[in-house]
Parts: sequence; C-alpha cells; structure tokens
Amino acid sequence: MPETTSPNASATPVVGTARVKRGMAEMLKGGVIMDVVTAEQAKIAEDAGAVAVMALERVPADIRAQGGVSRMSDPDMIDSIINAVSIPVMAKARIGHFVEARILQSLGVDYVDESEVLTPADYANHIDKWAFTVPFVCGATNLGEALRRITEGAAMIRSKGEAGTGDVSNATMHMRKIRQEIARLSSLPADELFVAAKELQAPYDLVKEVAETGKLPVVLFTAGGIATPADAAMMMQLGAEGVFVGSGIFKSGNPAQRAAAIVKATTFHDDPDVLAKVSRGLGEAMVGISVDEIPQPHRLAERGW
Amino acid sequence: MTAPVIGVLALQGDVREHVGALAGAGADARPIRRPGELDAVDGLVIPGGESTTISKLVDIFEMREPIDKRIAAGMPVYGSCAGMIMLATEVLDGRPDQRGFAGIEMTVRRNAFGRQVDSFEASVEIAGVQGAAFHAVFIRAPWVERVGPGVEVLGRVTDRPVGDRIVAVRQGNLLATSFHPELTGDLRLHRYFVDLVRAA
Repeated sequence: MPETTSPNASATPVVGTARVKRGMAEMLKGGVIMDVVTAEQAKIAEDAGAVAVMALERVPADIRAQGGVSRMSDPDMIDSIINAVSIPVMAKARIGHFVEARILQSLGVDYVDESEVLTPADYANHIDKWAFTVPFVCGATNLGEALRRITEGAAMIRSKGEAGTGDVSNATMHMRKIRQEIARLSSLPADELFVAAKELQAPYDLVKEVAETGKLPVVLFTAGGIATPADAAMMMQLGAEGVFVGSGIFKSGNPAQRAAAIVKATTFHDDPDVLAKVSRGLGEAMVGISVDEIPQPHRLAERGW
Repeated sequence: MTAPVIGVLALQGDVREHVGALAGAGADARPIRRPGELDAVDGLVIPGGESTTISKLVDIFEMREPIDKRIAAGMPVYGSCAGMIMLATEVLDGRPDQRGFAGIEMTVRRNAFGRQVDSFEASVEIAGVQGAAFHAVFIRAPWVERVGPGVEVLGRVTDRPVGDRIVAVRQGNLLATSFHPELTGDLRLHRYFVDLVRAA
C-alpha cells in the first residue's frame, strides 16, 4: 500500500495523505449523501441533515431519460453549490477522465466520484487516484472491483446499484456480494489467499489485509436505486456504512420531507418503530424503472473494469 | 478497579473508531443513541462527523435535554472535531439553526483550516499527556478562536500558514480536540479521558 505517511512521520504538516483521505470518509459514516443539481436543492439537502451533497448537472434518472454523453458539471454550478452550503461537496468525474478530476480538485470539491453514471472517458483505465490531494470514491459491484479501485487510490467505495431507477435490487445484490466475498476470504486458510487474489484480480497484500480484518480498508457506502427510508435502512442492515441517494429525493413528490426521513431511517436503521414513523406521509416516491426492463447495454452498473 | 462505562454518541460519524480506542484505553465502551442508554454511562464521547447533521439528530431523537442535564451534573464529555463544535458555547461559520451543548466557554470556527484538500497531519504537544508529540489528523477541522477564563488550553498547532491556533482544550470535565486521535491508534488521549471519567 503506497501510504504517503507513517504514523510517526516528521513534524512537517502534510496534506493529501491516505489517512486524511480515508479519514474524511470515516466522518461521513452513518450519514446520507444526496445528489443535487442546484444551490437551492443543496440547501434543502443540508436542511434535511445530509452529511454531504453530490453536485451534478443531471440526476441519473434524467441522464437515463435524455441519453447523450454525460460529463463533469459546469464549474459555475459547482461553485454555486460550494457557496450555498457548509457541508462537504462532492462532484462526479467520468471514469478515467483525469483532467476532469484535476478541474474538480482545483474548484475545491471535497471528494471526487469517479462515476459510472457519467459516460466513461477511458474503457481500459481508471484514474490514478494516488496522484491527487482530493480523495476519491468509486463504485463497485463486487470485492475484486472494490480492491482494484482501492489499489488505484480510492479512499471510499460505494456499491454501484443501478442508478436512476429507484430499483434497489442491484444495490442489494452488490452489497450482499461484497459481504459474501469478504466472509469467504476470512474463512480461507492462508495458503489459499494467493489463488483468491488471482481470482479476484486484486493485489495479494490487499486481499490478505481484507482476510485478516474482515472488512475493506476504506469506508463502504451504498448507492443506486435507493428511493425510500426503508431502502436506506435495508442497505445499512446489509452492511453499508452510509447511503448515497441520487434521483430518489428530488424526483419524488416532497423532497424536503423525504430527505429528512431518509436521514432518520439511516441512523435508526435497526428500529422498525422509528422506520414506520418516518415512512408516513411522504407523498409520491419516484416512479422508477425495474432494472429487468433495462436492456443490457443501457445498464450503468456494468461500466467500470 | 472496574472499567468505567463510556458511551459514544452514535447518531452519525466515526463511532466505531472511538469505541475501539476507548476499549483499548480500558473503558467499557458502547455506542448510545437513546436517552435511556445515556443513564447507564459514566462519560460520553461525541465523535467526529458532520456537526450540522449531529446537531439535527440530537434534537430529532430527543437527546439534547438529557445530555445537557448530565453535563450540568458534571458528567465528563470528550468531543473530537464535530464533537468539539458540539461542546462550544459559540460557533462561527456554522448554520444559524445549529446548536451544541454549550459546555465549554469558547468560540470555535467551523472548517477553519479549509476544505478537504487542506486537511492535514501535523505534530501537536498536549499538556498533561506524557511522551512524544501527538501525530494529529485534521479533517476539515475547526479551531478555537477564543477561550473563556475557565478554559485550559492543552494544545496548539503552530506550523501552519494560518498561524498559531488552539486545537485542544479542557474545562472541568469537558475535553475537546480539533483533531482525531481515534484514527491513529495512539491511545494516550483516550486514556487521559478514561482517567478523567474514573476521577469524576
């Protein structure tokens, strides 16, 4: 692991270390990160108790509906959101688009999401995330993919789900898959971890670390298709350490109320009485599309390698 | 000597790291979220996280009054980063509706060192803690801009371009740091707090 500093490093202050990047994600745990497209939405999210907002030009449901190439957001729009709220602001760069990521870093965003929701810029390589001061979050559908992203420098992982659908089934599948694969690694004898690393297409050292600790070395959130307080609570029970909500809030009938309800449900994910209470009177949820009805080439979760 | 029971306010943030550090420092540590659970603890840690979110959840889940009462009755509390903000009598650059527990007489500036790209690691000497300087991790951290007469300054960061800043304080049984000792495996500050809880 190319740790940029050791626990007993010199007295000189140092920025952009693996520890401050990963530590930032630790501070978001138990929280909800909400997709917003305007400063006004960002304020609604902050009012509702979001721990961070994700600034983007179109929410995934609209990207899906409108088609075309989807790119990093307009810097003016990102600035307006940074100026509107005091909580951390994240923004998306296309997979492999290291220049979009440089621009986002220079704008002062707090986290970059190298995201399959945007149109990929490189069908072979992801961004070398060690080369940045700003931390990155990346999507994963399984443990091997998560470990490859961490090897490239991701400081936080989220399940991919199937963004913009309001259908939580893929997020469920990815969370269960990652959890199962970690449990399997933990149960393997040491001499089988070499082949496990080969099968996962991930570095042996990282595989060994996961086998020993029983968890990823970075924070694991969930994303993709979360539309209700119950969805968020289920993801937390499946082992997510926090939740990204994309189209689910601002494509619903009453965003402010739904946002607040999802925040409460994430904290009290194991308390059915609280969940019942916060699930009442939220109005229309986003309409949604079943993942099954989306033709294979249009599935976002399959982007990333 | 029985282990003191110390709760970690588990509404949002790096709860697990504090629970682990407190257990390593000899406490019976547990996450707490409900007023009833607060009754069973001898001390409380408010973890790092997003102070605006924690402040909201404290009200929603009716923890404010019980915690205020325990603080008034002398319960030791330690807050790191967002927890420091929650313990301050005055917060700058916060949200207007953001409310803490008004514990330590100090003015804290939120996100004072800058955004995440400015987050850093540095050495900090802590008064009353033996050994080498702390290797301190600051993440979108606050600093203390003013302290009241009853507040003891325990540590400062001196080697930043922003100048000499207060980053660790204590007032009576209340302890606060801008940085996150729970992230580094250095248990000295948690031991200091466990001792404080034992003595209370």
